[in-house]
Amino acid sequence: MAIDLHKYANPRRFLAITSAIYPWSLALTVILLAAGLYTGLFVAPPDYQQGETVRIMFVHVPAAWMGLMIYTFMAVASAVGLIWKHPVADLSAKAAAPIGACFTFLSLVTGSLWGEPMWGTWWVWDARLTSMLILLFLYLGYIALWQSFDDPSKASKAAAILALVGVINVPIIKFSVDWWNTLHQPASVATMSGPKIYSSILTPLLIMGLAYTAFFVTLLIIRVRAEILARRLRILQLSELQER
Amino acid sequence: MNEIATFFDMGGYAWYVWPSYAISAVVLVALVISSRRRLKLVERALESMEAKRPARPQRKAPAAHAEKEMS
Repeated sequence: MAIDLHKYANPRRFLAITSAIYPWSLALTVILLAAGLYTGLFVAPPDYQQGETVRIMFVHVPAAWMGLMIYTFMAVASAVGLIWKHPVADLSAKAAAPIGACFTFLSLVTGSLWGEPMWGTWWVWDARLTSMLILLFLYLGYIALWQSFDDPSKASKAAAILALVGVINVPIIKFSVDWWNTLHQPASVATMSGPKIYSSILTPLLIMGLAYTAFFVTLLIIRVRAEILARRLRILQLSELQER
Repeated sequence: MNEIATFFDMGGYAWYVWPSYAISAVVLVALVISSRRRLKLVERALESMEAKRPARPQRKAPAAHAEKEMS
């Protein structure tokens, strides 16, 4: 037979493990989202400075966290794919990219909706906002690079290199509020001296962060499965052509 | 009733708070729908591909005949 079954050994195990995790991560996503939205919209008090607009934070900050976390995940997966030729690593990075792009887009849009009433402007070209926009372009470039090659092994290599070069942007985003003058407020959760916000506001924020993380895991399982099956389909189609 | 109105008014910031939640919901739901649709499409294509596979030995039948004749 033209098809090397050994190639499937690893993705097979991956599919088995992830389909066992899937119902749990799905349930966790639903529960955490419900808890996060309830505490964020009904329990958390309005901020003493920002009033009710502080509730935008519960969808803005977790989206930005996910944008950074998913990009870091993609860079690690790309490195694993490049170095060890792990068959699922490249596909995981590819499957994660649109999720990260959506979260980054959402952090920019919700940030804009928060900036207008609080800063008096939808957008400023400052370090935090600009580096976040670059992150969105990195995601879009990564997705475009995958689509611009006919040969998936070439595409995965080119995309992996872009992901690894672009990862330099991640610490720039994180520390942009400390390194440059900016309208954006400095870090108030992940600081050296611990969170600087009240637990009534911190709790919904962390729950929403976990909810978005569970959402990412659930969606990633669906998308990686689609990628693995699509590659299997492609190999079958190729071998069919060869045997004709 | 009044309480509900106050809740939706969001201290006068309704036009900033609710669109933030709405666009987040729309984008994330759209992402779920498109991801699931892609998986369904690939699964279906793979199923029909694998359903065709048992037909393959038949195509190789002439070779099998040749072997029999040899023995």
